Amino acid sequence: MHVTSPVRTPLVTGGKTYADVTEDICKQVEGKPTKEWKVAFVISLAVLAYGTVCLFWTWWEGLGVWGLNKTVGWAWDITNFVWWVGIGHAGTLISAILLLFRQKWRTSINRAAEAMTIFAVLCAASFILMHMGRPWLAYWALPLPNTFGSLWVNFNSPLVWDVFAISTYFSVSCLFWYVGLVPDLATIRDRAQNKVSKYIYGVLSLGWNGSARTWSRYEYISLILAGLSTPLVLSVHTIVSMDFATSVIPGWHTTIFPPYFVAGAIFSGFAMVQNLMLVTRVVYKLEDYITFEHIESMNKIITLTGSIVGVAYLTEFFIAWYSGVEYESYAFYNRMAGPYWWAYWAMMTCNVISPQLFWSRKIRRSVKWTFFISVIVNIGMWFERFVIIVTSLHRDYVPSSWAMFSPTMFDIGDYIFSFGFFFTCFFLFSKYLPVINMAEVKGVIKSTSEKLPLKVSGVSKAERLASPAYKKDAE
Amino acid sequence: MENQTKRYWKGLEELRNDETFVKNAHNEFGSFEANDSTQYKSIVDGIGSDRRDFLKVLGFGLAAVSLAACDAPVKKSIPYLNKPTDTFPSIADWYASTYAEGGDYASVLVKTREGRPIKIEGNKQSSVSKGGVSARAHASLLALYDAEKLKGPKKGEADAEWDTVDKEISAQLASIAAKGGQIRIVSSTILSPSTKAVIADFTAKYPTTQHITYDANSVAGLVKANGDSFGKAIVPSYDFSKAKVIVGLSCDFLGSWIAPHEYSVQYVAGRKLNSGKGGKKDMSRHYQFETTMSLTGANADYRAAVKPSQEGLVALALYNKLSGKGGTSLGADVDKVLDKAVADLKAAQGAALVVSGSNDPNVQVVVNAINSALGAYGTCIDLGTPVYYRQGNDVAMNGLIDNVKAGSIGAVILYGCNPVYDHPRGAELKEALPKVELSVSFADRADETSSLCKYITPAPHYLESWGDAEPKAGFYSLQQPAISLIYKTRQAQSSLLKWSGANPDFYTYLRNYWKANILGGENFEGTWTKALHDGVVEKGAAAAAASAGAVAGLDAAIAAVTASYKASATGLEVVLYEKVGMGTGALANNPWLQEFPEPVTKACWDNYASVSQKTAKELGLSQDDVVKIEVKGKSVELPVLIQPGQANGTISIAIGYGREKAGKAGNGVGVNMYPFIQNKAGFANFSVGEATLTKTGDSHKIAQTQTHETVMGRRAVMQEARLAEYQKDSKAGRYFPHVSTSEGIKSPTEITLWDGYQKPNHSWGMAIDLNSCTGCGACVISCQAENNVSVVGRQEVINRREMHWIRIDRYYSSDADVMDKSLSGSKALEIASDNPEVVFQPLMCQHCGNAPCETVCPVLATTHSTEGLNQMAYNRCVGTRYCANNCPYKVRRFNWFKYFDNDNFDFHYNNDLGKMVINPDVTVRSRGVIEKCSMCVQRIQEGKLNAKKERRRPVDGEIVTACAQSCPTEAIVFGDMNDPASKLSKLLAEEKEGRAFQMLEEINVKPQISYLTKIRNKDVDATKAAAKEAHAEHGGH
Repeated sequence: MHVTSPVRTPLVTGGKTYADVTEDICKQVEGKPTKEWKVAFVISLAVLAYGTVCLFWTWWEGLGVWGLNKTVGWAWDITNFVWWVGIGHAGTLISAILLLFRQKWRTSINRAAEAMTIFAVLCAASFILMHMGRPWLAYWALPLPNTFGSLWVNFNSPLVWDVFAISTYFSVSCLFWYVGLVPDLATIRDRAQNKVSKYIYGVLSLGWNGSARTWSRYEYISLILAGLSTPLVLSVHTIVSMDFATSVIPGWHTTIFPPYFVAGAIFSGFAMVQNLMLVTRVVYKLEDYITFEHIESMNKIITLTGSIVGVAYLTEFFIAWYSGVEYESYAFYNRMAGPYWWAYWAMMTCNVISPQLFWSRKIRRSVKWTFFISVIVNIGMWFERFVIIVTSLHRDYVPSSWAMFSPTMFDIGDYIFSFGFFFTCFFLFSKYLPVINMAEVKGVIKSTSEKLPLKVSGVSKAERLASPAYKKDAE
Repeated sequence: MENQTKRYWKGLEELRNDETFVKNAHNEFGSFEANDSTQYKSIVDGIGSDRRDFLKVLGFGLAAVSLAACDAPVKKSIPYLNKPTDTFPSIADWYASTYAEGGDYASVLVKTREGRPIKIEGNKQSSVSKGGVSARAHASLLALYDAEKLKGPKKGEADAEWDTVDKEISAQLASIAAKGGQIRIVSSTILSPSTKAVIADFTAKYPTTQHITYDANSVAGLVKANGDSFGKAIVPSYDFSKAKVIVGLSCDFLGSWIAPHEYSVQYVAGRKLNSGKGGKKDMSRHYQFETTMSLTGANADYRAAVKPSQEGLVALALYNKLSGKGGTSLGADVDKVLDKAVADLKAAQGAALVVSGSNDPNVQVVVNAINSALGAYGTCIDLGTPVYYRQGNDVAMNGLIDNVKAGSIGAVILYGCNPVYDHPRGAELKEALPKVELSVSFADRADETSSLCKYITPAPHYLESWGDAEPKAGFYSLQQPAISLIYKTRQAQSSLLKWSGANPDFYTYLRNYWKANILGGENFEGTWTKALHDGVVEKGAAAAAASAGAVAGLDAAIAAVTASYKASATGLEVVLYEKVGMGTGALANNPWLQEFPEPVTKACWDNYASVSQKTAKELGLSQDDVVKIEVKGKSVELPVLIQPGQANGTISIAIGYGREKAGKAGNGVGVNMYPFIQNKAGFANFSVGEATLTKTGDSHKIAQTQTHETVMGRRAVMQEARLAEYQKDSKAGRYFPHVSTSEGIKSPTEITLWDGYQKPNHSWGMAIDLNSCTGCGACVISCQAENNVSVVGRQEVINRREMHWIRIDRYYSSDADVMDKSLSGSKALEIASDNPEVVFQPLMCQHCGNAPCETVCPVLATTHSTEGLNQMAYNRCVGTRYCANNCPYKVRRFNWFKYFDNDNFDFHYNNDLGKMVINPDVTVRSRGVIEKCSMCVQRIQEGKLNAKKERRRPVDGEIVTACAQSCPTEAIVFGDMNDPASKLSKLLAEEKEGRAFQMLEEINVKPQISYLTKIRNKDVDATKAAAKEAHAEHGGH
C-alpha cells in the first residue's frame, strides 16, 4: 500500500470507518427512493418523453425539420455530438490517467464520472444516428461482411475512424466501469434483504467472493484496462477533431485541433463531473467523501485545461494571420466580427475568462461558484463547437453560397432529448448502483502510517459474527 | 338379409334431404351464400368459400408484409404487349417541333421516351433560334403534365360534350352573324401562318369577325414608330453581332425584349475572344442606360442608371450629341457615359446599334433617327426582313374593351390570351365580358378570363398539337405532336374550322396550306416529310435594304419627347419590367419557372419592389420590409428588395405575378402589376409614374438563392480583366497563387499528397467562358428537366435548400479596396457598389480530381470514375452530409425531405400525370441522400454505348451535357479532354496560357472544369491598373 504522510489533509473526512463507508453508500441503493430523487427522475423522464417525440418527428419527416441548409450541413447535431463526447472524457481520464498518476483523490469520484462518461458517449452516439439522412442504414458505416459484393467502408474517412474510436472508447469505458463495480455489487448482494435484489446483484457481481485470488484478478484487470484506456482518452477526441482537421474548410483545416480538442474535452468533462458531483454530494450527504479537496483539485484541472484552450484560440488567430491564407484569415475575422460574433464572444468569455476566476482560492473552494462556473464552462464549450462548425461552414470559399443557420424547435428538441436520456440514465444509476467506489475509498481511508483505533479501522470479522446487529454500531 | 346399417344424419336438413342441402353436400364447411361461393373477384374475397383460399390469403399476407417491409416499394413496369413499330423501350425518339407561345419562339427537338415527351432541346438547324432555347421554353414541357388543366370542354361551370358545345356555339355564331352582330377573335401574337389562314376562313364565314391581337409585353410603339418613320409598321430584324458599339436604352434585349435568345447569340458572337494565335482579341462595347438592373444591364460594359422620366431625353440627348447639338444635362454621371457612348458610336459608324425598350413611338422615332444617322440600317437593322414576335396592337385592344363595355360585341373568342389578368384594363373586361352574348375561350384551364366565358373549349398543349410558325419573314417552322392527346381537348384551329362549317381536320388543312403557300406542289410528300423531319424551312431573308432613308416625323417626335420627359425629376417613380423566367405570367403554374432564380436578383417565387441602396437608406427601408406603394389611386403592398444599380428614386416591380386562377403553384404568388400599366396615347407604358411609399411595418421574406452580393475580392473565385489589358497580355486578370516551401516558392498544384486517378480512356470536362455567359439561366431549367431535380417551394428556398444542380452565381463589384485585408476592409467588401459591375458564373459540381467529398464519405457513396467524374451512388448514401460540408464549391444538395412524394411539396410531381415528366434514365432521389451534378452521366453512358455498338470511339459533340446543349451562347463547352481533337481540348490548348483558370486553384482539388476569364471592354483606369499590377507581382502567399 502506498503510504501517505499524516500531515496531508485526509481524503475522506469525518473519521469514517470501513463500515461507515459501506453503510453511507449502500443505504442509497437499499433504501426506498427519496422524494427528491422521485421528483428529479420524473422530470427527466418527462424531458426524455418530449425529446423522444421530437426525435420521432425528425426521423419520420426527415432532417428538413432542422434548420440546416445546403451551406451549413452540420450545426446542432454535430455540435451536440462533439459536446457530449467531450463531456465523456472526464470519466476515463479520472479512472485511467489519474490512476496511473496515483492521484488517490480520484477514488471518490471515479464511479460517477465513469457512469457519466458512458451516458455521455451514448448521447453522443445518438447524435451520430440522428444526423444521418438515412439512420436505418447506419450499420453500413461498420466494416461488416455484406452481400453488396466487395463494397467496404471508406477507411480514408474520419467518420469511419470516429465509428471505431467511439465504439472502442465506449466498450472499454463500460468494461472498466463494470469491473470496478464488481466488488461493490458483491457488497450489496451480501447485504441484500430480499431475494430479487440478492439474485440481481448476485448475477451482476459475477460470483465475487472477496478471496485474495479475486482481489488479485481485480487488481490485474483494473491495471490492464487502465493501460488500455489511457491512450483512448487522447485518441477519441483526437479523432473527433480530425472530422474537422482533415477537411478543406477554412477554420476546420487546422493541425492544432487534436491537442486543442483533447484539452477542451477534459475541460468540459471535468465541469460536468463537478456539476453532477456537487448535487449528488448534497443529496446523498456524501460531503465527507467528496470534500473541498476534491472540488479544488478538479477546479485546478479546469483552470489548466481552460487556459490550454485559450492559448489554442489565440494560436489559431496567429496562424490565420501568419499563414497569409486569405480564406483562413477571413474565417477568423468572421468568427470575431461576423454575423455570429455573439457566439464567438460567448465562447471566449465562458471558456477563457471564467475559469481564470479559479485562481482565487476562495472561489475555487466555493461550492456555489464552482457549480456556477462549471455550468458556464459547459455552455462555453457548447459554443466552441458551434463556432467551429457553424461559423466556419456558413462562410467558406465561394461567397455566393454564404448562408445563415438558425435552429428550429426540432434542433432544440433533439438536444433536449439527449438531456432527458442522460439524466434518466444518471438517476437510475444513482439509485440502483453505488455512486462511490466503496472498495477503493476504503483503500484510501487508512492511508497514513498512524495506527488507527478500532472505531476507525472498523468492526472485525469475529465481532461481526458475534454481533449481527453491527450495523447499528456503525450508525 | 335385412339392412342393419343405421342411418346417421348430421342435421334435419340431411334428414329432410332439402334441395339446398343436396347442392352443398360436397362442401365440407357448407356455405352461407351458396350462389357467391365461387364468384369472388379478388383473392381476399375468397375467404370462407374454400379452405384452400386460406393458404392463398396467408401466402398473400406474407408476401404483402414482406414486400411492404422492403426499403423502397417495388413498382413493376410492364413491357408493351404489342410494341409500336418505331418505339423501343429505353431508346428515345426525337421529334422536331416548334415552341411558339405568345411571341416566344424557338425551333425545338422533343425527346420522347416510351411515348412521353421528357425534354426539349434547341434545333440547331434553325437559323432563327440557332439551337437556343430559353429557360421558359425548357420549362414549357412541364405544362404538358399539369394535372390542373381542363379535361374536356366546359359550358359555364359544368362539363360538357364536344358535340353539344359545337352545336350550340355554331348556332349562336350563326345567329349573331345573321343579326350583323360583331364577332371578335382576341389573341396574343400568333406566329402561325396557317392559323391565320384558319382565322381568315372563319372571317369569310362570319364576315363581322375581326381578329384583335395584343401583347402583354407590347412593342406596339416600336411598330408604330417604324410605320411613321419609314412607312413600314413592323419589327425589324436586329443583328447585334455586326455592331461594334451597342447602346441599350431601357432595353432588356438579352432578357425579355422581343427575342432575347436570338439577340443573346448575336450579342455574344460579337464578344467572344480567343487567346490562341491570331485569335479574335476584339469585342463589341455595350452601353446601357436603364432604371432597373436588367440582365442586359448586368452584361453591359458601361451602365448608367436613369429614371423612367428621363428615358426619352436620353435618346434625345444621344441624338443631339451625335448631330453635334447640345442637349439638356441628365446629371453628371449619365452625361459622362453619354459623351463616351457618343464618341464610340461616331467612331463605329456603320457598325453601331442603338435599341430602346420604350413603347413610346416618339422615343422610338428618335432612336430610328439615331440609327439612321449611324448607318445601322442595312447592317445591324434589317427593315426588309420583319420579325413577327410582337404583332399586338395596343390601340385596337383598347378599342375592343371599349366596345365590349358598350355592349356592341356579340361574340368574343379568346385564343392564347388572358386579358382579364394581363391587360391593364382587365378589371373593366372582367365586368363586361359576362355580358357578351357568346364568349368562348381556348384556354387550357379556367383562368381569370376563361372562367368568365360561356364556353371553354380547351386547346391541347403545343406538344400535343399540329402547327407551324413564321417567326421572321421567309423563315418557317413546323410543329408536330410528340404525344397523343392526354385529355379530351381539341386544337383551337380545329374548333374554328368546325364552327365555320369546314372539315375540322387541322392536320390536312396544315398540309394543304403548306402545299399551297410554302413548299409548293412539286414532290410535296418528299419536301413535307423533310420539313417535318428538320422542323424548319428557310427561304432566306430578302436582301437587306441598304438604308432606310430619311426618318419622317422626327421633329414632331422630338417636340413630344421634350414635352413629356423631364431631365431631373425628384419624385419616387415606379417602373414595371418583365422577369427573365416568369415573363408575362402566362406560365405561372409552372413550378420550374416559379423556382427559377431571376438572374440578377436571384429571387424566386415572388415579385417585389426593387429600390436602390441609396433610396432604401433615405426611406429607411431594409430588405423584406413590406411597403405600400400608391400610384395614381391604385395601391399595392410588396416586400422591398435592395438592388444595387437600380436608379435612385425609382422602384421596379415585375409583371407576371399575382395570378388568381393559374393553379396550385401559381396562385397567390406575388402581386398583379398589370392594372398599373399606363395608357399613353393608346400605347401601354411600363413607366407607371410617381408613387408614394409607406412602410406597413410587416415583413415578407423574399426567397433568394444567393444572399451575399460580392465576391469579397477573392480572385481565386472570379478572375477578370479589361480588354486593353487582355490585348497586351492574354493572361491579364489571372491569379497565380504561390506557396512557400522549403524548396522555394511553388505553385500549389506542384505540391500534393495525392496520387491522382488514371484516366486511361476518357476525361470528361468543361470549359465555361465567363465572357460568353449572359446569365440567362436556360441551363438551370434544362438541367432540372434532364436530371429530375425537385422543386422545393418558396419556404425551402428561404431555408436555402433549393436543389438546382447548376446555379449561376452573380457577383456585384464593390467600391472597397480588394487589397485591404483588414477587418474593416473585409466588411467594406461586403457592400456592393451603387452602380456595380456584374459578373455571372455558372457553377455545378467541378468533378475534382482530388475531390474533398470523396475522402470523407464513410460508406464510399461518392467515388471517382476512371473518366474523371465524381460519381454519386444514391443507394449507398447514408446522408451524413460530410461531403456537402467539405465541398469548397458548395454544389452538393441534400434531400431534406422526401421532396418528390410529399404533400407539403406538391407542386407537380405528386400525381400520376405529373410524374410522367421524369427522365427514366435518372434516378429520382429519395429522402436523406445527397445529390449533385453528374455531368449528365446518363448521356455519357448512352453515347459510349451507341459508339460501342458501332465499334468506334465516341465522336466529339455526340455526347453533350444538358447545360452545354442548352447554352444559347455556347459559353459551356463539354467534351473529352483526352481527345486532342475535341473542341474542348482545342479550346483549352489555346487558353491554357491565356484565360483558362480553375476555381480555387490553391486548394489543389484539380477540377475537371475550367473557366475563362471575364473581359470587360472598359477603359483601363491608370491608377487602378498600377495597383493591380503591383498586387499581381506579390501574387498571393
